Amino acid sequence: MNPALLLFFSASTLVHLSPVDLVIIIFYFALVLAIGLHLKGQANTGEDFFMAGREMTAWVAGLAFLSANLGSLELMGWAGNSYKYGILAAHWYWIGAIPSMLFLALIMMPFYYVSKTHSVPGYLKLRFGPGSQAISSISFAFMTVLMSGINMYAMAVVMRVVLGWDLNFSILISSLTVAAYVALGGLRSAIFNEVLQFFLIWAGALLIPILGLIEAGGWDGMKAKILQNLTEQHAANPGAYTHLWSTLGNFSDNPMGINWVGIVFGLGAVIAMGYWTTDFLVVQRVLAAKDLRSAELAPIIGAAFKMCVPFIVILPGLLGLALLRDPSGHLLHLVPADVAWSPAGQAQGLHGYDEVLPLMLARYCGPGLLGLGITALIAGFMSGMAGNVSAFTTVWTYDIYATFIKKDASDEAKVRMGRWVTVIGVIISIGTAYLVMQAQSIMDYVQALFSFFIAPLFGTVILGMLWKRATPAGGWTGLLAGTLSSVGMYAWVKIDPGAVRYVALSAQAQDQAQNMFRALWCWLICVIVTVVVSYMTKPKPDSELKNVVYGLTPIPRTEHVSWFHSPLFWGAVVAVIFVILQIIFW
Amino acid sequence: MKSGGSLSIWFFTGVCLGVNGLLIFATGIYETIHPPANKVVLYNLHANIWWGAVLLVLGLFFSLRFSPARERARMSSNT
Repeated sequence: MNPALLLFFSASTLVHLSPVDLVIIIFYFALVLAIGLHLKGQANTGEDFFMAGREMTAWVAGLAFLSANLGSLELMGWAGNSYKYGILAAHWYWIGAIPSMLFLALIMMPFYYVSKTHSVPGYLKLRFGPGSQAISSISFAFMTVLMSGINMYAMAVVMRVVLGWDLNFSILISSLTVAAYVALGGLRSAIFNEVLQFFLIWAGALLIPILGLIEAGGWDGMKAKILQNLTEQHAANPGAYTHLWSTLGNFSDNPMGINWVGIVFGLGAVIAMGYWTTDFLVVQRVLAAKDLRSAELAPIIGAAFKMCVPFIVILPGLLGLALLRDPSGHLLHLVPADVAWSPAGQAQGLHGYDEVLPLMLARYCGPGLLGLGITALIAGFMSGMAGNVSAFTTVWTYDIYATFIKKDASDEAKVRMGRWVTVIGVIISIGTAYLVMQAQSIMDYVQALFSFFIAPLFGTVILGMLWKRATPAGGWTGLLAGTLSSVGMYAWVKIDPGAVRYVALSAQAQDQAQNMFRALWCWLICVIVTVVVSYMTKPKPDSELKNVVYGLTPIPRTEHVSWFHSPLFWGAVVAVIFVILQIIFW
Repeated sequence: MKSGGSLSIWFFTGVCLGVNGLLIFATGIYETIHPPANKVVLYNLHANIWWGAVLLVLGLFFSLRFSPARERARMSSNT
């Protein structure tokens, strides 16, 4: 590397990259592109390009299922949220993921498999007709390109904070790489890279909590330091930052301003169920499994690893709260991103919540390890963005283009369209990345989006699957009412902040708490409207509901396997460990 | 899982971990001989040496276990 170029990249940064760090980063980009080129010849049919040939093993599908969700957004956003809210952020990995992943594996997956759908909006077409499919596919397409833009933004922040790279440069290089490898190899390429990224993320991020705990004097030492630091800062409820459930009795007892109803019902029963069972971004990975048993095991494997992710995401945030100090030895106080990014904030050298993970990385990682850590963050970004782009491509091609624009599109035309839409989706994502920079905190923004689209969608899908009386008109109006009510509540609070006491039941509710309650209400509105309208309209005859509604669909059971290979057994193991974790960190 | 060609995703994973492990391990050894002026926190633990070694071993395992030659042999024995 030209020393002048190195200097350009490294000026005024948190850390300085050594040549070996740059070699590691460049090697990663080269490997990712090599995989795309290697797989180019394997993506010639629609089934290959959009569904990876439906030949993934349980392990590959399971790791891709998890990795598609493990973007930079996850790594940085939730590390920042754990700094801001304490261990309460772990709820998004445990009750906000594990029960719904198991529900997907054991209850919904056999059903998705029978319908042989290419996408979740495709299922809605089979069940409720093209109206519901249109709402779902358009809102999903909108959400995925926004999410993709958020990932780009997160990536650019990492590069800016740690390396001092120009935001535009980071966005351009990373988006070109993702566009190239997804357009070349389709979903198969995205899944290959997601598996690779899964290992890189763990290899690059695992050292931070290990070294952090050593420095803090173990878990008890870290808790004592957090208590001491927060008490010095006169924070409300300093003891609440390390308890998962015991502070959720009242809104005012915890830093998030939420109670257990919001966590259990808003997060666990609505948002998480909606995301993990109906968000096509993650479900697409499981639909690519080679057989039913693999499709059932994949989310269980994903759930097992998901339970471990707080170790590399939440714990670094808590360790930051305990250990981070400025160069003069004073406690480092992270602030909201808009404050950190303001001219005054920049002049004072302030850092945003979302920067806690890069700060911890810089604290412990020297040459080589730093390159690996940065590569892990880049990999996380890549998986998040590629996941969104590949899902967007499939939904656009099958549920919008081939359904509403060119109904007689050939398989070859769909693949051609898929490759073009991949590139176009990346270009739109670049535009949205700049919009995201205005948001206060990355994940708060994402959760708002989830509550707009995902929560009502879950209401529609679950009623469609389990209740044969639900009618096309009921499904369509329920989905529309749920989505509009969510957007309406969001706008209401934005216009009149005092409205938060009605939407989130407490004037103290923080952004995350508002998202939980808004999701709960819009899901209820969706369900009520669907039920009422369904009773007022004529249902479909049973003959038209075969293979789309429980009770009218013969569910194929997996072939006879020993208990050790049974998805039910491993699902139970994961459920027991989940309960134990809740008790340990109560 | 195969690509449909001869290279497994686990082989790519092994190459990635192995190369990174080797680079980090070598850097750790170099730093031990020539300590840097600005040390990271807990430098004395030499994390890059043992973590690099762990990654190298993992990478070698995946690369050899799922090497193209071995995969071809396995596929031909299955057919």
